Amino acid sequence: MRKRTPARRTALAAGTGVLALLALTACGAAETDRPDAGGQDGGSDNGGEGQGYDTVVIAEPNWVGAAANVAVAKHVLETELDVTVEVRQIDETLAWDGLDDGSIHAILEDWGGAPEKEELYLEEKKSVVPGGELGVVGHIGWFVPKAYADAHPEVKTWEGLNDLAEDFRTAESGDKGQLLNGDPGYTSYDKEIVRELGLDFQVVEAGSEEALISAIQRADREGTPLLTYWWTPHWLNAEVELVEVELPPYSEECYEDLSKVACAYPDVNLPKYLNADFAENGGEAAEFLKNFQWDTADQELVAQLIQGEGMEPEAAAEQWVAQNPDKVQAWLPAEG
Amino acid sequence: MTGTTKPSLAARVPATAAGPDGPAAPAGGGGVAAKSAGAARALGGRVYLVVAAALFALAGAVLAGDAAWPGSWTWDAETPLDELNRWLILNRDSHPLFLYFLLHLSNNVNSAVDTALAVLQGLGWPGVTVAATLGAWAAAGGGTRPRALTTAGTALAAFAAIGLLGMWPHAMLTLALMVVAVTLSAVLGLLLGLAAGLSDRAGRALRPVFDTMQVLPAFAYLLPFVLLFGIGTAPALFATVIYAAPPMARLTALGLREADPAALECARSLGAGPWQRLLTARLPLARPRMLLGLNQTIMMALSMVVIASIIGAGGLGDQVFDGLRTQDIGKALTAGIAIVLIAIWLDRTTAAAGERLEHPGAGTGRAAAALPLAVTVAATVAAWLLGRVALGLGAWPDGWTFSIADPVNDTVDWMVVNLGSGVPLVGGTLTWAENFTLWVLNPLRDGLTAIPWWALLPLAGVLGFLAGRLRSALTAMGALAAIGVLGLWDKSLNTLSQVLGALLLTLLIGFAAGIAAARRPLLEKLLRPVLDVLQTMPQFIYLIPVVALFGVGRIAAITAAVVYALPAVVRITTQGVRQVDATVLEASRSLGATPWQQLRQVQLPLARAQLLLAVNQGVVLVLAVVVVGGLVGGGALGFDTVYGLQRGDLGVGLPAGAAIVCLGLLLDRITQPGRDAAPGPGTGRGDRAGRSRP
Repeated sequence: MRKRTPARRTALAAGTGVLALLALTACGAAETDRPDAGGQDGGSDNGGEGQGYDTVVIAEPNWVGAAANVAVAKHVLETELDVTVEVRQIDETLAWDGLDDGSIHAILEDWGGAPEKEELYLEEKKSVVPGGELGVVGHIGWFVPKAYADAHPEVKTWEGLNDLAEDFRTAESGDKGQLLNGDPGYTSYDKEIVRELGLDFQVVEAGSEEALISAIQRADREGTPLLTYWWTPHWLNAEVELVEVELPPYSEECYEDLSKVACAYPDVNLPKYLNADFAENGGEAAEFLKNFQWDTADQELVAQLIQGEGMEPEAAAEQWVAQNPDKVQAWLPAEG
Repeated sequence: MTGTTKPSLAARVPATAAGPDGPAAPAGGGGVAAKSAGAARALGGRVYLVVAAALFALAGAVLAGDAAWPGSWTWDAETPLDELNRWLILNRDSHPLFLYFLLHLSNNVNSAVDTALAVLQGLGWPGVTVAATLGAWAAAGGGTRPRALTTAGTALAAFAAIGLLGMWPHAMLTLALMVVAVTLSAVLGLLLGLAAGLSDRAGRALRPVFDTMQVLPAFAYLLPFVLLFGIGTAPALFATVIYAAPPMARLTALGLREADPAALECARSLGAGPWQRLLTARLPLARPRMLLGLNQTIMMALSMVVIASIIGAGGLGDQVFDGLRTQDIGKALTAGIAIVLIAIWLDRTTAAAGERLEHPGAGTGRAAAALPLAVTVAATVAAWLLGRVALGLGAWPDGWTFSIADPVNDTVDWMVVNLGSGVPLVGGTLTWAENFTLWVLNPLRDGLTAIPWWALLPLAGVLGFLAGRLRSALTAMGALAAIGVLGLWDKSLNTLSQVLGALLLTLLIGFAAGIAAARRPLLEKLLRPVLDVLQTMPQFIYLIPVVALFGVGRIAAITAAVVYALPAVVRITTQGVRQVDATVLEASRSLGATPWQQLRQVQLPLARAQLLLAVNQGVVLVLAVVVVGGLVGGGALGFDTVYGLQRGDLGVGLPAGAAIVCLGLLLDRITQPGRDAAPGPGTGRGDRAGRSRP
């Protein structure tokens, strides 16, 4: 008997603790909505007036092109429209959860990394709306270092790959050639393409863009063969020369069944997406972000300033804006 | 000669309690009994048992055609998880569970972090620096004692360096997160620790929970937390709390259980009730343990800083990723150094406070302790008034910073170019990596997958039984079976082969370094800061150099794991070898043993319990970085976990995380140190085995 008392007391104390926690949080009932301006101080005046967003939160996924978009948009929003911009570093697919609940207002460059999730938010929940096109065209494909392509020109089309598979063997791919993939968050049908085209290759997951870049830099430096999933625009393309392997041309039919893809990736005119409430009530800031559009060359220029020359994003954006006043003017909402 | 002296010497060595050691040995190894002569004799029988099970497995591998877990015996976790995922997304801003509970939690946490940040920014850099420095001084007891002065000096240097490196604003955000996360973890840990320490039943029930909390990779539960709390500070904080609370809970429970029965009896005889006994005797007696728990909780919370920024927590973690994505290792390393500095400051401060509790010297009364505290508060207010209010000093001035990025990047480039390949004679890192993969990893992986499941299960059972009797055997087999049921058999064995490979390297290097350090105090002194840095430096930073040196693939993943697990193994080994009784050593020396004989025949056998603990910690730590390995080409379970988070796919990420936990349980149970060596009343089997030995 005596021995059980402390145990029972503990249980009692624990129970009371849990109840207290519940009471602390739950008694206040549903007093709150999701903070509609990033949870910081600005703009929690519940929208409504149409100008309700003093602070705009823009997602910056983990690549330099995205950093360039965000830097320029932030610079113009802050200097021309007097809107505070909060940059939230987060991966593209996770940013969609932020777009949904309003803790992120805009994503400026979407590569379609999580199609199921996007459909859910766009079609079913309607919490995210399209914000127009960014103007930059994204292209995904298979690439080899230029030195290797020069020595083996037959690598430039997929039909030549099987004869060269031996060159691409690594300890990871066993007796097949290695096709390197990067971040699992990025769109890839490489496994399907390899299977459907009957290629003697094995997709090896590098696991992250950083690892992929490291591998490419090394292949370039040492002149070793490497077949890799890669894309443009990317800052690395200014540093390392890669040659694309031609796949069967893209067609819509080929992408009808995503488990049997057997052709090249489509070129994507990269879209922007906005939180639905922000798109409606975001006033000039939302208007500006819908208008924001530039092309691949512009983006690569700013990305190169940030990456290649190590400039701070703010400084790079300022420089580009100063050199391109017409483009900036076109983005600004009409007066009145 | 030694055949007869060994057991008798062993009997004289007192049992050593192997507590957690250093910031990264979190599991609290538990009491380790001295090795007894009987257990040594029983060894022969065990070897037969293992050999029998291994032969069975081998025969199975050769004879059986289909080794994998039968497909019809799996449970499809993916479909219900995908449905849950969908339900959460569609209902998370209308369902009462969110409106009345979860949203409150995240809002409260968000505002707590905002408040903490506002306070830190409001204090300005002079205020924060003074508060940290004098806080460290007060924690070490104040006055002019050398300990207090060095602790304060460490704090001052850490903050000055953070400012000089240009990391001040990011460090303040990280500190604000830390303050809230550590407070929550400590409170939660304390409550759980009280439950586990006061009630045996709760203790038994909570142990697997703590194990799971620590081994379940953060990547696996970040996604559910994002679904529950949205992105940003709140989910990051809760994920941190889950990871950081167990050490506090474990050590609180341990402290409560260790309380001197005489003191408790004394309190009882003085008429104290259960509550009074708890508050006036047991808790105060447990204070040193609890402080150690707090220390570990802080370290673990800090190690989540980088991972938490994946889901939008911001702070120093963002700077690390910022550097990584442009391959600017110098920038990432700068942020990493700031994290290490914060860790060193907090570690030294809490360690000093703990030491003061354990060795109460002169002047540690309540009044004496209050004085340094009062001085700290007064000086902080003065610094705030002077710095922030009068001079307007907020964030660290931009002009007072310098960058270390360029030299670091140059060094890394040099290493990558010169060590990668073509080093005469030894070949270079890339060649080693390829050979290790071809000759160690591939055979290991293929061998494990070739063993049929019905032979691997008993093998795990036998190993578990030898380490910890029936309970461990059942847990080990259950964990392995669960992996099969989850349908992740082959992937898990692939990961297991990598873990074993990493463990092999870790133990080879770790034992060698640990023994060397134990024999050469100077070496230990030199190693200590290196180990500190390796333990607290976020693993992400060395991923790029590792990939550059070893190429993308499993070997890169293994290297990352070795770097992470090595410090704890070295530390525990050093401690174990050094703890060997000096009189025993002296005795062996006087019998004419050479240093090598001393090591092999006296020190190592006597340190066996500690060495086993090192193996166990090595396993736990290597498993903790399986997911990080997935980022550099480790594939298998680590990659699946990353995939789940990146793709927002609960159905892939969570089962992979669960399989990692199962591997953790399996390996922990079959490497558990100590229990086997304690000859209890129920060890008849061991005795029989001992007798049957020729």
